[in-house]
Amino acid sequence: MRAVVTVTGVDRRGVIAAVSAFLAEKKVNIEDVSQTILGDRFAMIMMVDASEAEEEFAVLAEQAAELGKSIGMEVRLSHADLFEAMHTI
Amino acid sequence: MFTTNQVLETIEMVEKEHLDIRTVTLGLSLLSCIRESAKKTAEAVYAHVMRKAEKLVPTVEALSGEYGIPIVNKRVSVTPVSLLTAAFPEESMLVGMALDRAAAELGIDFLGGYSALVQKGTADYEEKFLRTVPLTLASTKRLCASVNVGSSRSGINVDAVRLMGELVKETAERTKEEGGMGCCKLVVFCNAVEDNPFMAGAFHGVGEGDTVVNVGVSGPGVVHTALKRIPEADLTDAAETIKKTAFKITRAGQLIAREAAKRLGARFGIVDLSLAPTPARGDSVAHVLEELGLEVVGCHGTTAALAMLNDAVKKGGLMASSRVGGLSGAFIPVSEDIGMIESAERGKLSVDKLEAMTAVCSVGLDMIAIPGDTPASTISAIIADEAAIGMINNKTTAVRVIPVPGKGVGEEVSFGGLLGRAPILPVHEGSAEKFIARGGLIPAPVHSFKN
Repeated sequence: MRAVVTVTGVDRRGVIAAVSAFLAEKKVNIEDVSQTILGDRFAMIMMVDASEAEEEFAVLAEQAAELGKSIGMEVRLSHADLFEAMHTI
Repeated sequence: MFTTNQVLETIEMVEKEHLDIRTVTLGLSLLSCIRESAKKTAEAVYAHVMRKAEKLVPTVEALSGEYGIPIVNKRVSVTPVSLLTAAFPEESMLVGMALDRAAAELGIDFLGGYSALVQKGTADYEEKFLRTVPLTLASTKRLCASVNVGSSRSGINVDAVRLMGELVKETAERTKEEGGMGCCKLVVFCNAVEDNPFMAGAFHGVGEGDTVVNVGVSGPGVVHTALKRIPEADLTDAAETIKKTAFKITRAGQLIAREAAKRLGARFGIVDLSLAPTPARGDSVAHVLEELGLEVVGCHGTTAALAMLNDAVKKGGLMASSRVGGLSGAFIPVSEDIGMIESAERGKLSVDKLEAMTAVCSVGLDMIAIPGDTPASTISAIIADEAAIGMINNKTTAVRVIPVPGKGVGEEVSFGGLLGRAPILPVHEGSAEKFIARGGLIPAPVHSFKN
């Protein structure tokens, strides 16, 4: 299943490493990454494939949010269909 | 594919602008539950609802987690109960209690369908059913009742309008400890729709399938923020912005509706394109209208602004969803919208202006607290006026007023949660008693004869 990971917050060291390590551990494959820094705000978006993940998607999303808290960022894992639906005709 | 900015926009909408799916409502036909007695019918109804809606709450919560979008309410609507209890109408309350118990056990906040459709005439069993409404609402927590008293096709059943004025009063009286709370769960419609997912007026029409998922979207906060970004735009551009925003909101609703239907083994019914406010700041339809340039909602210009908003929401939504239905319009419930509450508190919002607003939007005089000593005939007259607007304009209108026992103008009533709080608004003092007492049917308007 295709999903989108978004990471936002104040820029700091090790964010990409922490998020990538988490995804690897959960057997989620990163397919595409884009990242921007606006002032001191960091925003990263990853397209991922979560079809081999062992946990239920909703559980995974919760764990991603918890990871975010532990590194002081907002981390969200959402189904890609939502963005597809809202932004394409 | 979508861009980084689009992803961030969606996240911003969810986190800061209250984008949510307001309700996933499972419509259930209960016609197969009719038995030879009220007791047995109630048992069959309870078992059927529990079986069909068993997975509603966990399924919807899982969807919310997966898509990262809050889904505020999970609800159930059922076949109008008056049809199930036609052979034993005085005992309808047994079925109402069974539905309320099912709702509690399913973990849903409201279940709608304690209803009767009497737009052309009140059958004997329907009148007996209606008379059970006040006590049933006072004895239940989650059950919602609605009555259709008129339609563009059949006219307005003034006998039913008269009865409903009395029953609204009785409901308030029976729930006076909670400020007349029972009336928050009682809607009187003209042109009621059979696929409305929103409470308190939801019921599952007999023309519907067995098990149907209807979804109500929301998003006044999102529209408000989009308009804030274009403070100098003319109204054409403002309408365009609202339209585009409504498109996005509705797409989210359609996605959830389809997926929920699939997982619940139900048919996808409709997406209801309504802008539904909550008492939370940043989730107000009134504030959208004020953003368009009104000093305070209720001033002159409010009706025009609302007409534009309502139309633009529909245009954007219609393009976004393959199946649109329900009420589809901006809601203006006074107690459930912080902007409306504040305007009413400042004395800037009158029942008359609200009535004018209902001519151009869905759905009607909604969640308005009026003095407890308002005569039943005046409440009936309010219902008749509102039904006339609906009948003539081929639209749904409704009345959900709360004559707050023991309170008068200048005081306030609070229901808590999504139902909010409301200052008591004055109503006109002249009596319509004789007009209402005449009874009969206001004939259908000439433009209803289209065959």
